[in-house]
Amino acid sequence: MENHFTLEQQKESLHKITSDLIKPIGINRSFHLWMGFLTLALLGCLYAYYLQLRDGLGVAGIRDYVSWGMYIANFVFFVASSLIGMLITAVLGLSGAKWISPIARISEIIAIGFAAIAGLVIVSDMGRPERLINVFIYGRIQSPILWDVTVVTTYVLISLILLYLPLIPDLAMLSRNQTLPKWLRKAYELLSINWKGTASQYEILHKAIKIMAILIIPVALAIHTVTSWLFASTARVGWDSTIFGPYFVTGAFVAGTGFLIIAMYFFRKNYKLHDYITELHFDKIGKILVLVSLVYLYFNINEFLVPGYKMKSHEAVHLRELMAGNHAWLFWGVQIFGLILPIVLLLFKKMRKPLPMFIISIFIVIGSWFKRYLIVVPTQEHPFLPIQNVPDNFIYYQPTLIEGLITMASFILVLMIVTILSKVFPIIPIWETAHEKGIHEPEKLS
Amino acid sequence: MEDHSTNNNNSRRDFLQKVGLIASGTVMGGAAMFAGFKFETSKKKESRIKALTAEHQLIEVEAEGHSHPVEDMLTELQLQGREGIPDKRWVMVIDLAKCRNARQCMKACQGAHELRPEQHHINVLQMQDSENTAPYFMPKPCQHCDNPPCVSVCPVDATFKRPDGIVLIDNERCIGCRFCVAACPYSARIFHWNEPLKEQEYKENKSKYSQMIAEGKQEEAKELEKKVTYDVELNVPQRRGTISKCLFSADRLRVGQMPYCVSACPNGVYYFGDENEDAVTNGTTKQTVRLSGLLRDNAGYRLMEELGTKPRVYYLPPKNRLFPFPEETLITNEHHS
Repeated sequence: MENHFTLEQQKESLHKITSDLIKPIGINRSFHLWMGFLTLALLGCLYAYYLQLRDGLGVAGIRDYVSWGMYIANFVFFVASSLIGMLITAVLGLSGAKWISPIARISEIIAIGFAAIAGLVIVSDMGRPERLINVFIYGRIQSPILWDVTVVTTYVLISLILLYLPLIPDLAMLSRNQTLPKWLRKAYELLSINWKGTASQYEILHKAIKIMAILIIPVALAIHTVTSWLFASTARVGWDSTIFGPYFVTGAFVAGTGFLIIAMYFFRKNYKLHDYITELHFDKIGKILVLVSLVYLYFNINEFLVPGYKMKSHEAVHLRELMAGNHAWLFWGVQIFGLILPIVLLLFKKMRKPLPMFIISIFIVIGSWFKRYLIVVPTQEHPFLPIQNVPDNFIYYQPTLIEGLITMASFILVLMIVTILSKVFPIIPIWETAHEKGIHEPEKLS
Repeated sequence: MEDHSTNNNNSRRDFLQKVGLIASGTVMGGAAMFAGFKFETSKKKESRIKALTAEHQLIEVEAEGHSHPVEDMLTELQLQGREGIPDKRWVMVIDLAKCRNARQCMKACQGAHELRPEQHHINVLQMQDSENTAPYFMPKPCQHCDNPPCVSVCPVDATFKRPDGIVLIDNERCIGCRFCVAACPYSARIFHWNEPLKEQEYKENKSKYSQMIAEGKQEEAKELEKKVTYDVELNVPQRRGTISKCLFSADRLRVGQMPYCVSACPNGVYYFGDENEDAVTNGTTKQTVRLSGLLRDNAGYRLMEELGTKPRVYYLPPKNRLFPFPEETLITNEHHS
């Protein structure tokens, strides 16, 4: 089908692509309103963090026994959600799935947002955030925290490169676009590092993208495996599990795919990209969501059925608490509405349409968040030795409003990052879209 | 040695010049090596000092890092706190048959370490292992494991294992991540979620101290310095946002005394001593017995041996308890697994 178009047709097609994809760029009224709203909300949440800095971590519901609460659960959730970048660009991209090109950049932006803010989330859980520098001065390589810091930082860097590399041809194109303000064009020109669009440049670019896509696979696996080791490296019931690495990684794909679908739906609707993010994309990503959810379900069965069969005394208390005790509603809610129902529904083609998938993904994402809560909190409510001679609020964890607001702040920050990136860069790669339409050297046409 | 190194320099210089003609890149590398060598040899002349070791040997060491005497009390306490007490291997034995929940140990401990009523370095737990076995009281301090999970996971070396067996925390370094709390299977660690009990008093003393220094009252200031300086072996003053736990009363051991809890017990529950000497002393009766004999004759055991943590606290089983377990305090162990 390539090269069957005349030059005129190609020009016309390219013009449409470019104008469609560039249209959302730039700062308009709704951007101002949205960012203003986010900023106000963020300020409120930052006040909560100020209170925590002033009065200590005691403003949160965590105490001596359940000493990791919502912050840590949220941290795990953020690291999990960031894995979507690797799943789309690396796993699918390298396997030759061409259809991912319009959603690759979206997933990379989501990855960067969550991974970067995950670092801040963990700081909000520190009793002494001003001593963060100690991790670099006195860091001990034995501690999984050091491994986490290392791999998360690496992942953010590689994700940034993977966002930037495919942007270069687009940036060069944007710098020539007369409809954009001058300062923005100047910035694009600077960032496009003298891209001319020659065949050899494209060759280098493709090679570089491929190398980074390969590199990001072990790093992405590492970030969530190491995050799971923060728990699995202890002897605590419910955490002391050998499958925690893959259990977390597959769970991460579920959460990340959920976010990707929400973002796809949103950008398609608001940026009017119906011609680019099509029903076909939703259908395919829906199938992927079923696949990763099934794998995750498999790990869930392993994680609960195997100890459940033996019912060793400590495990038994933990499992009873989860399945029939205090956390039963949450546990079964998460398993049914966050995992089993989405799998069943998405098996039907009718459900793999934008709106139903958007709704299912909201359930998936909420379920994924509470799933992390269920991994982090209940284990600590049942230590090996009894909890005695302490006030009631030491026994059961009760999150506070301040804790909730600080957690909210992290989500607001991710939304800000995604909003800004999607406003200054075309959310769908222009040159890749052109290539797929058979326009091989868009630079020569414009 | 001087002559030798000069010769070395000359030949090296010749060599470098020849290489330089061939490839400029190699010259740069070589020059860097040469400069480094020059720097090292020049350093040998000026920046090495003689020092006397503990074994009375005169040695020559790099001045850097060694030449500064300990500047302040805090650093001194931190250094001594990490070194521990030479040639000792502290060990505790808790005789469960004698414990009647008098809680004098908890009280003495909380007083010494400035803790709130709900904060326990040592906690007397009411235990019943299964439905048909006898209930008993079990004092639970930090187990000072020889393979401590808390120390393994600490990202900043704030909690550490000393050669004398004690696990301590440096709260001037702790970042408050609470990984150690999560890792400890004995729930031995507490955290200062809010302002520590005596924070206000500490702040007042601190400002008084700086005032004295400003006024030049060195003698009086010296007295107060002890009160305001953080002692890693006592973990006082306690710090908000950091960890605390049982320290085996390392400060008391340094001055040749028994730990606070051990001395406070009215019922002879605790034995404390040195594993190297194979001797432990009962805190109440002051009777000293052989550690190995005590453990052998009474079937001593350690908590959760299967976890491989190798605790330094031994328990003697609650056999022939001296005090009946009060009926009304029988508990259901609902809050543990």
